[in-house]
Amino acid sequence: MFYGTDLTCRLMLGTAQYPSPAVLREAIAASGVEVITMSLRREGPDGAAFRDLLAQSGCRILPNTAGCQTASEAVTTAHMARELFGTPWIKLEVTGHADTLQPDPFALVEAARILCADGFAVFPYTTEDLILGEKLVEAGCKVLMPWGAPIGSGRGLRNIDGLRAMRAHFRDIPLVIDAGIGAPSQAAQAMEMGFDAVLANTAVARAVDPVAMAAAFAKAVAAGYEAFRAGLMPPRDMAVASTPILGMAALS
Amino acid sequence: MRIEINGKPATTRSATLAELIDEQGFDAASVATAVDGVFVPKGLRPRTPLAEGSKVEVLSPMQGG
Repeated sequence: MFYGTDLTCRLMLGTAQYPSPAVLREAIAASGVEVITMSLRREGPDGAAFRDLLAQSGCRILPNTAGCQTASEAVTTAHMARELFGTPWIKLEVTGHADTLQPDPFALVEAARILCADGFAVFPYTTEDLILGEKLVEAGCKVLMPWGAPIGSGRGLRNIDGLRAMRAHFRDIPLVIDAGIGAPSQAAQAMEMGFDAVLANTAVARAVDPVAMAAAFAKAVAAGYEAFRAGLMPPRDMAVASTPILGMAALS
Repeated sequence: MRIEINGKPATTRSATLAELIDEQGFDAASVATAVDGVFVPKGLRPRTPLAEGSKVEVLSPMQGG
């Protein structure tokens, strides 16, 4: 499903901002996630501890190009990630501005084209724009990761109509809601709309109890997916009695 | 020769990237490298010369979303 890989757990987890590596490790275990995202950075004080955790998690790694603002930076980062993590998977982020962290659609497509041609399995962090999505698919992307809301904002699905249109438009492309998810209910909503997976980070890492929140997210994503498969009833504007009228006593 | 490693000025006697990685005490197997913005695969480090002012990046897996 994701470049030939099926996932049992449709929640993906970011690994940043946890109170400690131990809490992160427990959150991964409690949620049962199979994919975690990581970055490449200059070696810091907790680098070795983090590498150990990475090795023990048993998860598939989805390295990102977070922070890159040009196609060439992102392409170089992707190559470094491929060597270091031993995976062709790359979560391609090319942001247009350091404050908004909004995807730069032009640089994104340029980088995607270069990386797809070079054998990468590209997961582009994109908007709900349909034309941009098409250009990414043309470039060779077999997964799209539209934002729910700006990174770290916790606003949920800010443009529901746009996301619904995107889901309908890209029937055969796996779509992962990335960014902006703040609560399990929002993740469930995305899954109920037919999205294939949800990626969460800040909402889990910054929770009072990240381990419990990771488990809550996994359940919400699973419930939303089941609900989508079960088929939701269409909403109506007027009341429709659920209890039959037939056989009702004449008491007045 | 004066170069930059991860954004900090450094003086080195290393002629190649591979020598620099050793000299600076990095674990060669667990880092990825770039010189002047261009990715240098592990296998090419011994054949990648450094020059005055080279900007070397040595990166490791870190937390990310």
